[in-house]
Amino acid sequence: MARLCVGFVLALVAVGAGADELNMTPGVTEISRSIFDLHMFIFWICVAIGVVVFGAMFWSLIHHRKSQGVTPATFHESTKLEIAWTLVPTLILIGIAWPATQVLVAMYDTGGEDLTVEVRGYQWKWQYKYLDDDYNATFGFFSNLATSQDEIRGRTEKGEFYLLDVDEPLRIPVNRKVRFLITAEDVIHAWWVPEFGIKRDAIPGMLNDLWTIVPEPGVYRGQCTELCGKDHGFMPIVVHAMPEDEYDAWYAERLVAEETRKEALSKTFTEEELMVEGEAVYATYCASCHMPNGKGVPPVFPGLDGSAIALGPLEDHLDIIVNGKTGTAMQAFGKQLDAAQIAAVTHYERHAWSNNVGDVTQPRDVIEFTSSQE
Amino acid sequence: MSEVVEAGHGTHDDHHDHGPDKGLARWLFTTNHKDIGTLYLWFSFTMFLIGGVLALVIRAELFQPGLQFVNPEFFNQMTTNHGLIMVFGAIMPAFVGLANWLVPMMVGAPDMALPRMNNLSFWILPFAFAMLISTLFMEAGGPNFGWTFYAPLSTTYAPETVTYFIFGVHLMGASSIMGSINIIATILNMRAPGMTLMKMPLFVWTWLITAYLLLAVMPVLAGAVTMMLFDIHFGTSFFNAAGGGDPVMFQHIFWFFGHPEVYIMILPAFGVVSQIIPTFSRKPLFGYDSMVYATASIAFLSFIVWAHHMFTVGMPLAGQLFFMYATMLIAVPTGVKVFNWVSTMWQGAMTFETPMLFAIAFVILFTIGGFSGLMLAITPADYQYHDTYFVVAHFHYVLVPGALFSIIAAVYYWLPKWCGRMYDESLGKLHFWLSFIGVNVTFFPQHFSGLAGMPRRIPDYALQFADFNMLSSIGAFVFGFSQLLFLYLVIKAIRSGKPATDRVWEGAHGLEWTLPSPAPYHSFTQPPKITDAEAHS
Repeated sequence: MARLCVGFVLALVAVGAGADELNMTPGVTEISRSIFDLHMFIFWICVAIGVVVFGAMFWSLIHHRKSQGVTPATFHESTKLEIAWTLVPTLILIGIAWPATQVLVAMYDTGGEDLTVEVRGYQWKWQYKYLDDDYNATFGFFSNLATSQDEIRGRTEKGEFYLLDVDEPLRIPVNRKVRFLITAEDVIHAWWVPEFGIKRDAIPGMLNDLWTIVPEPGVYRGQCTELCGKDHGFMPIVVHAMPEDEYDAWYAERLVAEETRKEALSKTFTEEELMVEGEAVYATYCASCHMPNGKGVPPVFPGLDGSAIALGPLEDHLDIIVNGKTGTAMQAFGKQLDAAQIAAVTHYERHAWSNNVGDVTQPRDVIEFTSSQE
Repeated sequence: MSEVVEAGHGTHDDHHDHGPDKGLARWLFTTNHKDIGTLYLWFSFTMFLIGGVLALVIRAELFQPGLQFVNPEFFNQMTTNHGLIMVFGAIMPAFVGLANWLVPMMVGAPDMALPRMNNLSFWILPFAFAMLISTLFMEAGGPNFGWTFYAPLSTTYAPETVTYFIFGVHLMGASSIMGSINIIATILNMRAPGMTLMKMPLFVWTWLITAYLLLAVMPVLAGAVTMMLFDIHFGTSFFNAAGGGDPVMFQHIFWFFGHPEVYIMILPAFGVVSQIIPTFSRKPLFGYDSMVYATASIAFLSFIVWAHHMFTVGMPLAGQLFFMYATMLIAVPTGVKVFNWVSTMWQGAMTFETPMLFAIAFVILFTIGGFSGLMLAITPADYQYHDTYFVVAHFHYVLVPGALFSIIAAVYYWLPKWCGRMYDESLGKLHFWLSFIGVNVTFFPQHFSGLAGMPRRIPDYALQFADFNMLSSIGAFVFGFSQLLFLYLVIKAIRSGKPATDRVWEGAHGLEWTLPSPAPYHSFTQPPKITDAEAHS
């Protein structure tokens, strides 16, 4: 009983503390607001039906009990009643279906977009590519969870946006119609931003489309909503809706940065540069399975510290990073990372912890390896 | 009372021509519907406890934000196996166990129509589940792709043990198909003279319809897992887009099985509640005919609503609208049932023994689950609910205080008939209140965390969901541990309960109550006379 009391006290505290978290968000877009209205409309209809049905039931439970000395009635059918409580709910349902259909039709009003972003789900991160008018990518980037393992494992205090923060958010302009083409690289994911009222499955081999017009600048957060494996709970979505001029400036900046990135592919880096960049890539892409100390979580996720592959021939090492290993959680990183990043992380893995192979891996080695495969 | 009952009384202790074997052989080789019913019920209770332990692992991990007890990889195995074990191991076998015990007694038959197949359909199950559960102890780990096992997570990206899972599902399906053939054959062929279809107790009706649903959809499930098997081992590409297949097709096939499956788990519950409420209201069931038609309508509709589980896969507008309208329609026959139950109570003379308490809780809480179901049917709103805890709350409301409460109610209601002894009424009421409070504290807050945006199947969550999750975990532990009280109650009743009368309950009607308590090993060796008092007229 003591436990129950604690439960109820907690219930009250929870309701008091989280009063604004009891309901669906009305969101910021026209669509999300009409969804919210629909939700509240049907909620109140359910409440009304509940009051009538449960009211009748509780009246009966209180007044029609044997201890009251009543004699049970013997009636057991009424065709009129049966027809009535078939027809009335049907009419109520038509009343609900009408506005629901209108909202749905409005949501399917695709086309006429101002810009298109390809959203691609990976285990366990999102990739955003900004497409030009011919649907070619001008530039793109991955958006990874920014919450540290220390926060997750309770070794440091959890930040305000625990599990809802990324290293690089998707940026879109306000007041323009943004079209999202949604797909996935490996398994099914789902892309959801509650405040926009949009959610769609990201399915490998298929393209789904979705659109939004965000009227207010701000940071909007969501999560992957289709079970996609181990880190399904750790691939948030963050969207920065920016004022139009700020967005345009940022977009122009990114186009220049893209040129610089392409140049890096033909550069020769020093060992120090490779180690610094490699450690950063490792922390983002490798550490969640192979652990920051390179020890892994055997037997599911093998360690890299002293492993045969990290100490073996460069070609085998590149092969497993670029192509992954089928039947295991080791993904193919060939498409996710560019040659400069792969070179850096490979060099890092061969020289971090107790590993010390003594070679140097440059972007051109990676390019050579990948082109030799084709 | 019929003459058969008098005869039964005369030879109460040892009238069996060939009674049960002694020892283990009785249970291994039995072809008796009561023994097999007992096996099913104990098996499902065992699975219920195992599935419950997995649920408590989940709730312990979700007690607070952060990862405390298990890794995400193991967490996914917990959610997957919790779902599989509860659906296929606890709820479904429990209903088959009830059907085994009750259908022959209710239609005036000596036993099930196909007794040897009956034995086989039970004994497949322990092997199927041993195979499934053993994967949790293997190096690659157990199934971790959710009980809905969407491809390609369950094919290309599955752990190697997925083949055990596929074989296990095949065995479960074979067991269900045999069980349902047996139930159909018994109901259609073994009814006593005068027990016309429209005089059958509603439990028999709901099971007849459920058995047809099982026959229709278990082969579809078998097809789905066979295609998975071929994709994994034989290089086909049914569900692999890179090879010309379609991952969405998996979902269509799965839910063509999966939605009728949901009704397979609830229609027999409707039947149980329709037996219990009239007894304790001391008034005949209101609208018997419309109850039968509503059950049949729900069964029909269950085949044309499957894609409401898939509103976010990107179907064309026309498809979305069709599945939205069809799904909303289910509210009509379901509503008819609820209205009939309330009308049955209306102007009755009610008492509130434990089975009645569970049945009333069923009506209230199942209806709440129905309301959230109606909300989920609204496609635009579903975009916000889909795959959040709102869905988790919805289906737990229809499965726990829905299906499970009806099973518990059935055990309390018929246990005195089965073992000839009464359970402890005050402990039964304590069990009810602990379960009722536990279930609501567990699942009601999940509506809120879902609306606030918490996705399902995640091992860790953002800080704004913390309060509701803590509450939910507390409720889950209260609910989980109070089921041990149920175990104690049942054992105590079997070993030392007060002897039960033949009628057991003052207001009970139906052929099973004309038999002595405990019911004889072979229920009706001669067909009983069907009187108005014991059948619907």
